[in-house]
Amino acid sequence: MLPPFEIHQPATAAEAVALRAQFGEAGALYAGGSELLLAMKEGLGGFEHLIDVKTIAGLADLALAPDGRAVTIGAAVTHRTLERSALIRQRLPLLAEMARQVANARVRAVGTLGGNLCFAEPHSDPPTALLVHGARVVLAGAAGARRLPLADFLVGPYESALGPDEILTHVDVPLPPPCAAGAYVKFGMHERPTVGVAVLLVPDERRAAVAEARVAVGCVGPVAARLPALESALAGARLGDLEAGWPQAARAGEALDAVSDLHGSADYKRAMAGVFVGRALALAARRALELT
Amino acid sequence: MSARRIALDTTVNGRALSLSVEPEALLLDVLRERLGLTGSKRSCDVQVCGACTVLLDGLPVSACSVLAYEARGRRVLTIEGLASDERLHPVQEAFLATAGFQCGFCTPGMIMAVKALLDDSPSATPEEVREHLRGNICRCTGYASILAAVAVAQRALADGAAG
Repeated sequence: MLPPFEIHQPATAAEAVALRAQFGEAGALYAGGSELLLAMKEGLGGFEHLIDVKTIAGLADLALAPDGRAVTIGAAVTHRTLERSALIRQRLPLLAEMARQVANARVRAVGTLGGNLCFAEPHSDPPTALLVHGARVVLAGAAGARRLPLADFLVGPYESALGPDEILTHVDVPLPPPCAAGAYVKFGMHERPTVGVAVLLVPDERRAAVAEARVAVGCVGPVAARLPALESALAGARLGDLEAGWPQAARAGEALDAVSDLHGSADYKRAMAGVFVGRALALAARRALELT
Repeated sequence: MSARRIALDTTVNGRALSLSVEPEALLLDVLRERLGLTGSKRSCDVQVCGACTVLLDGLPVSACSVLAYEARGRRVLTIEGLASDERLHPVQEAFLATAGFQCGFCTPGMIMAVKALLDDSPSATPEEVREHLRGNICRCTGYASILAAVAVAQRALADGAAG
């Protein structure tokens, strides 16, 4: 059972922003409801007004940016659309691989990318895969739009940089170099993942070694994060060695701000992060070698 | 009628309906309490178990966690709408043929989830079937015969049984 509330269906981002300002803490943004409604069933939030962002024009759009260098994903695009879109599968295959592993088919049919990022549940897949792409979020507010790197938008568990009178309208995902290969792997014993790892490898000209590596780990700590020291250590590593199993991956978890929770102890999560970083690197390296 | 009520014009199992619902009404409650369609079950209530699976414009959703008003102008299909006249749907026939149920509580959701998959991907591989059904839990653990039912349904549909 849900407590009573009113639904508002703005047609534009400006209307939604005005409703946010009007309702303050009594209002909540609502898209697929796959997180919000479950929290409200538990009596959390006390929201009297839900602002349904799915009626805002353009928020379900998914397209190549005009400059051809990024894909712009509307905040109300569902995980299922990301999983199946030809554009995403061809140009951002790592994102499609992540999206098809989100929760289950029912959640993917209604849950949205924007809702996922704004709810900021730490045990979640999309932020991890978006971080290795250097994604940026676009926020609309009363004073206009602002853009933020996703890493700055993710503040903590259930906390984002979204202002009280702002809405997330789009996520811009820069296209990786065409020669790049990636992988998203996850592990968990419950509905939500215990650890999620995204890897993007840009090979050198001979396609033998790593020119640039990007690695992110999610679910282990308060927010998903890149591993800069590991990324530096990977530069110059041979793809064949990564495919065979890179011993240094086992220690990848040591750099993580791991927290103990129902998904495991901090030590366990750090150990699992090492295992799954190794597997993600091996898979991405194999894909990079297959592209040659 | 309360000022908070929302008009809900929708199609449920092929029948056009004009209802009015409160904004917080969940689709599952409207189906079960207002329309008497009790095939879809409430169990986990948090989108994990799949016992409440219905199709909204052909896509599987958790009726326990979808607001009823989201069905405006859309088609809802529940387990009650699957058989035509006295003839069961091939997926239902397949579950009977393999005894793809024990207590039966998860069965309506399982069958709707399988229908959604096979409508979309008739030749889904066993691995894809398992991945798709990851979100439907059978607490009797009757998974082997459920997976066998999917294979039987795939063959029947490929042989031209009307889905």
